[in-house]
Order: sequence, then C-alpha cells, then structure tokens
Amino acid sequence: MIKLHPETPMLSSFVAGELPASVSVIIASHVEMCSQCQQEVERLTQQAANACFGESNVMPMAGVDSVQIDDEFGSFSLEAELNSNELSMLEAITGMAPERGTIVDTAVVEDKEIEVSGVRFTIPRALRTVEMKPFQGLGKLSRSRLSLEDGDIRTSILHIDKGGSVPTHTHKGFEITLLLQGSFEDEMGCYHAGDFIWLDGKHTHQPVTKTGCVCLTVSSNAIRFTKGVSQLLNPIGQFIY
Amino acid sequence: MQKSDGIPQFVEVNNIISSQSEDQVPAELSSWLTLVASQRDKRAFTAIFTFFAPKIKRFGIKQLNTEAMAAELVQETLSKVWNKAHLFDPSKGAATTWVYSIMRNASFDMLRKIKTKNELLLGDDIWPIETEEHSDSEVYADHLMERQMVAYVDQLPEAQQLVVKGVYFQELSQEQLAKQLDVPIGTVKSRLRLALAKLKEQVGESHD
Repeated sequence: MIKLHPETPMLSSFVAGELPASVSVIIASHVEMCSQCQQEVERLTQQAANACFGESNVMPMAGVDSVQIDDEFGSFSLEAELNSNELSMLEAITGMAPERGTIVDTAVVEDKEIEVSGVRFTIPRALRTVEMKPFQGLGKLSRSRLSLEDGDIRTSILHIDKGGSVPTHTHKGFEITLLLQGSFEDEMGCYHAGDFIWLDGKHTHQPVTKTGCVCLTVSSNAIRFTKGVSQLLNPIGQFIY
Repeated sequence: MQKSDGIPQFVEVNNIISSQSEDQVPAELSSWLTLVASQRDKRAFTAIFTFFAPKIKRFGIKQLNTEAMAAELVQETLSKVWNKAHLFDPSKGAATTWVYSIMRNASFDMLRKIKTKNELLLGDDIWPIETEEHSDSEVYADHLMERQMVAYVDQLPEAQQLVVKGVYFQELSQEQLAKQLDVPIGTVKSRLRLALAKLKEQVGESHD
C-alpha cells in the first residue's frame, strides 16, 4: 500500500510540463506505480486542457455514422479563417505520407530490467531511454547516475543491500526518493515500494533497510552527514546522491 | 475620465466575443478525429486545425517565448494529431485532453532542447499518450504473450480474423468494420464473439 504521494500542486505543475526533467521523471515513475495518482493526473490533465482549449461537454461519440460531413462543414469555407502561413502549414501536414503499420508496435512497451548486486528490478517506463552510468559501489551501497543533464539536479538509482544503512544526514537542497523495490525505515517511519518521499534541509534522517531496497533519487544538492565521525564522510555525500 | 471608463468596457466586450467564438469547443471534435484516423479526411482535419492552431500558438508563446518557436509547436503538435489520430480513443477522454497531452509533450521537449541542448526526447515517456497504456486487456502486457496471440489469431477462420484484427490491431469501431466488410453490424458482433471464445479456449489450454 503506497502511503506517500506527490502533493496536488506538484502534480498540477507536473501535468503542465513546468517541472525540471528529473523531477518530472521521478513523478512519472511514481504515477506508473500508483493508480490513485493516475486518476488524479487524468483529472488535472483534463482541467489543464479545458483551461487551454475551453470547456468541452461532449458525450463519448457513438461512431462515424453519426457525423454527416456535408451538414457539418456547410458551404462556408473553413480555410477563409486561416492566414497564408497557417494555410501552408496545413498543406504541409496533410501532404505527409501516412504512418500506418506502426499501430501494433506502439502497443507493446517492453519492460527494461537490470541487475545490480544480484538483485533484479524493472526500470520505470519514464526512464527507459535515459542512459545509465555504470553502478559504482561503496560498502552496501551502489549507485548509478542517470544522464539527464538537468543543471544542478542529480538523478540516480541507488541500491542498498540487506542490512545496509546511510549514516544520519541532512539535505542542503531537496531530495526526492521513490522506493522502487523493497523497503526501508528511518526515524519518521517505514517506507514501501511506490512511496514518494520528499525531504529538504529541515529533515535529518538515517535510513536503514532490513530487506534491501532499490530507490530512484532526485537531489538538488549534496547531502551532509551530521553525527560524530560520520561527518568525516561528508566528501562522499557527493557520491551517494 | 471617460477614456479610462471606456477601456475596461471595451476589454470586457472583447472578452465576451472571444469567449463566445473561441472557447466554444465544437461537439464534433472527436468525430473529426475519427474521420482523420479512418479516412485521412482533409476537411475534418482542416476543421481541427482551425480550432486548435491559434490556441496552441498562444500556449507556445507563453512557454517558449518566441513567435517562431510557437509556430514550430503548432506544426509539431498538429502533425502528430494528423498521423496519430488512430490512437485517440473517445471513450477514454475528451479530444481536447488528448491534443493537450501531445502539445505539452512536444513543448516540454522543445524547451529542454533550448535550455540544455539535449536532444533526448522524454515527453512521450514521461506522459505516455498511446491509448494502449491504460488498456484493460492484460493479454498485451507481456510481449511473448502478444506474439503468441498473433499466432492464435492467424489460425482463426478468415472472416473472424478480419474482425479481430480490425478491432484490436487497427482499432476500428465495429460500425466502421461493418461498413468496410460490407456486412451488417450484427454479423461483426457475432464473428467477434465466436473468435474471442475460440481464443480464450486456446489461451486456457496452453496455460494448463
């Protein structure tokens, strides 16, 4: 059962295409796993479409038979409403060769699976064309950076092996974690596959995983270790996220 | 003072005019899309184009800043509408929502290209627009299974094959098929029923 979701304002910006690529990708990956957010995204998309094109109160149509072209378009010329640029664009588009025959192909989306430290998991659909750098390991942690080129924001896939943990740390910017597989816990609770966890500088936590887990993480800045000797690890905060 | 009173009034009148002429979404939009999908009907597409082009342009100027980029967005979006109309499923949502998704995806990729010089197209992966994405038939969830199904379909009697392929692979409506095959719609329905029963049987057998 997924407990943590992106908040509605964030989903609205997501639907409008206003968020950075990395944040859009992690939200899309959550939405893939979460039927509740799928419905919410559908509702918000409809809302955005209405704001852009006007309200449509059309009933689902019965079939082509119900349309009578001649009555529909009448004797007036629709082209008269278009300027010359628009007209030539219209002609360029309708002059394109048909793209038939690809219908069956688009129906099949193959899942991309990868393996890290002996654990297999499925890459979210939203990420399947993004290049992944090779996994790098540090103790029970392995991390692969995704080549999203999104300014200062970094996107990674993080695997923590059974019994592994990340020392207590805080975040200078923000950090979003989407748990793809397995579970982990910290001072604030226990998280399961699909949970969308947003943390910022106000939070300090020490995630521990009993089962092992795979996460997708998006982070605007390096993390900072806050306790005792682990502060010596601060240079490797850069490594993890 | 009269002047400053006049301007808001003028703006208001303009708003009323534009809300009447522009914000009215034609009820025929989804039928037009179906006509484009089934017959590549240019009259229907011209109507679609006339409705959407100015609105997409407005959206484009807001998102992409320049007139030229906005025009590119109009072309990109409406080209996809022309080519992918067969993927539009009126039972799953309004035509405006479908076109919005195509436009938003294209605009997202264009903006990213400007900002990061990155050619990777992510829009359609972040917001999938194929109707199959939310398909309730789990048969196609699995690639191998799909190939298997195609093989089963090929073993059906030809009349049944045509119906199954028309409905599931080409996404024609039963009415469209009846017309194309020149048989009553009842015949299409009964052929489909028979074919599906046979397919179910075969799938069941191979799973035992």
